[in-house]
Amino acid sequence: MTPPPTFLGKDLIGLEHLQAEQIRAILDTAETFKEISERPIKKVPVLRGKTIVNLFFEPSTRTRISFEFAEKRLSADTVNVAATGSSVTKGETLVDTARNLEAMRIDMVVIRHSASGAARFLAERIPSNVINAGDGRHEHPTQGLLDLLTIRDHRGAIEGLKVCIVGDVLHSRVARSNIWGLLKLGAEVAVCGPATLMPAAVETLGVRFFRRIEDAIEWADVLNVLRLQLERMHAGYVPSLREYNRFFGVSKERLAAAPRDVLVLHPGPMNRGVEIDSDVADGPCSVILDQVTNGVAVRMAVLYLLAGGRPETAEAAKAGP
Amino acid sequence: MSPGTPRELMDARAVEGALARMARELVERNGGAGDMLLIGVHRRGVPLSERLADEIERTGGERPPVGSLDITLYRDDLMAIGPRPVVGETRLPGSGIDGRVVVIVDDVLYTGRTVRAALDELADFGRPARITLCVLVDRGGRELPIQPDVVGMRVDAAADERVEVLVPPLDDRLGVVVAPRQEAGA
Repeated sequence: MTPPPTFLGKDLIGLEHLQAEQIRAILDTAETFKEISERPIKKVPVLRGKTIVNLFFEPSTRTRISFEFAEKRLSADTVNVAATGSSVTKGETLVDTARNLEAMRIDMVVIRHSASGAARFLAERIPSNVINAGDGRHEHPTQGLLDLLTIRDHRGAIEGLKVCIVGDVLHSRVARSNIWGLLKLGAEVAVCGPATLMPAAVETLGVRFFRRIEDAIEWADVLNVLRLQLERMHAGYVPSLREYNRFFGVSKERLAAAPRDVLVLHPGPMNRGVEIDSDVADGPCSVILDQVTNGVAVRMAVLYLLAGGRPETAEAAKAGP
Repeated sequence: MSPGTPRELMDARAVEGALARMARELVERNGGAGDMLLIGVHRRGVPLSERLADEIERTGGERPPVGSLDITLYRDDLMAIGPRPVVGETRLPGSGIDGRVVVIVDDVLYTGRTVRAALDELADFGRPARITLCVLVDRGGRELPIQPDVVGMRVDAAADERVEVLVPPLDDRLGVVVAPRQEAGA
């Protein structure tokens, strides 16, 4: 039985296809959900009786734990399935895994997969709600949303802000979700990093491209610093981590040259001394731990909004209470 | 009067009079305003609880702390109505509710399901010494064994009627009206 579309539709695959109004509603809902995590009993009965499977085909600590907290604080029953990239790959096997889970009567799937498009592929084939927790280089929508919420918390509004995404934009789903979300909410967006780590014709996404981090810092109100994965060096995208740090590392000295206070975000896990220096990560500009706190609230909001109701009973329910 | 026209049950003066009497009753029942906490149910219970607190203070009592409760996440029909995009705020006084006399303040008591949800939510915050229910209008039509302790006005409204409390700043004036139920957007 397919659940009917809710305010957000059946699934959350990415921010690219959401309306600005939907994104704002998620952020507003997350704002009210923050308070639940401050209560002595951090639990509300919204998803009581719902079963959620966290299907992680790629290693993840932060995102998986954050989703699990969000699910548990909404009273859902959760199961974690960690599949290694080698034993289960895309295609039929993914669907078979999900169909087997469906056969055990589940309500939602949170999926992390190394293949771009895996979340949509799954969403089109099973009736449960599917939430993308990162698919290849495509999108990581809840990360994009928690970045938006954190920026909004600290700057009041997204509209008109200048946000620069620094680092490996080519391989980053976080970058893509950020770009879509920020542009929809009216921010100006730029990217900065080595040309080898930029998508071809990156400007067609509607963003500016800075070749030098100094120029980006001079321009930006907010820096979202991406993790540089070690594999990129071995694959020849950057000559060495030390050199990357010298040209693109966000350091205290570089931030000191900024004409205004710059907010610094990082999706984690950080490579201290590579893309970000410790005195920035732990300094007054950093809101990295706020991002983690907001992650739980944003995921609660998404789960809540996707767990929608049945239109045929809506009319009767309006009468009360 | 044509059908569809709202009928006025209470004007501003009547509501003010009712709130003054309710405030007195609350203090009498409780033997003073000490230990008392007023918790307004989102949305119109919130400004009503502020007014009751003002009234208690005006008549010489100590102004009780006021909080708010959004019961959306505790509704028994949440999955049927579909989630409301934005949930209101639950804000309880910093002192907590353990051992206090909690007064749940709402505008209209109808099926009793909101109060059921409020009781469930309060239980997640602690163990009050006593919980009292205070409503401006009791319109009958209960679906649960729940009764108010302090009432501003009782009225028998038909199932196809909607009793609405108007209270600033959510509305432009103070009053109680009864109107035919809207088909959409209720």
